[in-house]
Amino acid sequence: MSIDAVLKIAGSGLNAQLVRMNTIASNLANATVVAGSPEDAYKAKRVVFSSLMLDPDQQGGFDKATRTGVYVTDVVDDSKPVKQIHEPGNSIANDDGYVFGSNVNEIEEMVEMLDASRAYQNNVSVVSTAKDLMYRTLDLIKV
Amino acid sequence: MSGLLDNYFATSAMSMQAKNKRLELISENIANVSTPGYKSRDLDFVAFMNQAQSGLESAHSTNPRHIGGSRSTASFDNAITYYQPLNPSLDNNTVDIGMEQAKFGKAAADYEAAVSFLENRISGLRRALKGE
Repeated sequence: MSIDAVLKIAGSGLNAQLVRMNTIASNLANATVVAGSPEDAYKAKRVVFSSLMLDPDQQGGFDKATRTGVYVTDVVDDSKPVKQIHEPGNSIANDDGYVFGSNVNEIEEMVEMLDASRAYQNNVSVVSTAKDLMYRTLDLIKV
Repeated sequence: MSGLLDNYFATSAMSMQAKNKRLELISENIANVSTPGYKSRDLDFVAFMNQAQSGLESAHSTNPRHIGGSRSTASFDNAITYYQPLNPSLDNNTVDIGMEQAKFGKAAADYEAAVSFLENRISGLRRALKGE
């Protein structure tokens, strides 16, 4: 147990938020993608976070002594219905002339992105404080 | 001599350990700000202190010249408290990010204070050894 446990925890937080940012970027990039059937349409991706303390069986690369932090357990599809767009001229339209757009809500994604970036910043400030304290402790040998 | 030095530094060591544990718990809360069902935790310093003191009393000395043990076997496990959130959340997460940031700032300052005390102890000892 030492201050690098703090760094490890904040690092796991940074990593988890980064995965979340990646899914948000993917959702925004695929927002206007259309498909020929509702099953093939792009569904917004959502990450599922879990605390390492809550699930002792899954250690996610952490050693047992410092089994702390956060990790991404799963990436799931959003269950919202997909958009049905009438576009008979589209080559992938079905027999009724419909194509199926993604169920990504851009505004929702923007809010998610803000939340993820704030959470990321919080973890960055934890890392920087822990680093300062670490140096401060190392300076003890100079006293 | 080493026992004397141990005693001399034990308070600082214990204090830094406690402060470090607190930093660890709060950073964990901050990392888990979006984890559903996560319960925010903190270290109850009073409970920890009481535990450490009761550990001292049970340590018996076989010789009246023995210096009272300042080393204690108190663990942090029984001194961990769960935070009562100001506002309930839908996913049962009890991390209040503003509170956590404030707590982290204070815990970091506390840690730095503990380092300063240790610094003073070391420089005091050095001065005594030099005999200035």
